Amino acid sequence: MIATIAFYLFASLTVLSALLVIFARNPVHSVLWLIVAFFNAAGLMLLLGAEFIAILLILVYVGAVAVLFLFIVMMLDIDFAKLRSGFTANLPFGLLIALVLLAEIVIAVTASRSGPIIGDKPVDTAQPNIIAFGDLLFSRYLVPFELSGLILLVAMIGAIVLTHRSRGDARGQNIHRQVNRDPEEAIRLTQPESGKGVEL
Amino acid sequence: MIGLSHYLAVAAILFTIGVLGIFLNRRNIILMLMAIELILLSVNINLVAFSAYLGDLVGQVFAMFVLTVAAAEAAIGLAILVIFFRRSGSIAVDDVNRMHG
Repeated sequence: MIATIAFYLFASLTVLSALLVIFARNPVHSVLWLIVAFFNAAGLMLLLGAEFIAILLILVYVGAVAVLFLFIVMMLDIDFAKLRSGFTANLPFGLLIALVLLAEIVIAVTASRSGPIIGDKPVDTAQPNIIAFGDLLFSRYLVPFELSGLILLVAMIGAIVLTHRSRGDARGQNIHRQVNRDPEEAIRLTQPESGKGVEL
Repeated sequence: MIGLSHYLAVAAILFTIGVLGIFLNRRNIILMLMAIELILLSVNINLVAFSAYLGDLVGQVFAMFVLTVAAAEAAIGLAILVIFFRRSGSIAVDDVNRMHG
């Protein structure tokens, strides 16, 4: 009973906040609604017994991706009102496409729906979800796991290379010059008369 | 009783909202990227729902891989967005014709 109520709560909030993501006027609000959507989706995952994925959703999406979006939205100085100019013009066509897609998915799901409901063959609950997940991930799926780490590395290096720009006015350390200095060049002995300064 | 089809319905609605978002915000590439995140989220819900339905954890492993790729895609997409904004001073998708494709 509680699970049913929780499902409808999380599901309706997920759909509602997803709608607000694409309809919000201010992109900052869009990002904040995206965070709400991810939180509620994490609730759905918890209901399904996928605790690790739920935590991962919050950590990765809310903690990293949404904050990245927020940074970019606030960093770029953009007139977002101008970007919305084609919004109403695209609405009928977009709604048509969306409804066709939804109808297709619903037809496909209802056509294939004859199996038993969830709980008929539940995931083995003898051990916690995270332990079972780790057992699977670090044995059978070790190579894909390492490859996904490689994907993240490539993405990180790519993002740095793309956005890095060398500034001409920055005062960096010139190691070559530092190493090649000798005492004759670095020190100058002067004998100034009293009352007079040193010409540098 | 909540069954597999309920979760599939939620995922289908989320997917549709994501596609609608791409169509509606044709000029704003940030919102297009957010819509792509919504689509990937719906895919994840599908994977985890089937994982629970079939009693097989592989679906959750794949959901984690999808999550990884989504994070990498967001980082690269936003980096491209930043350098494009730095060059042209706008992020309108209509202006992106540098390669005359």
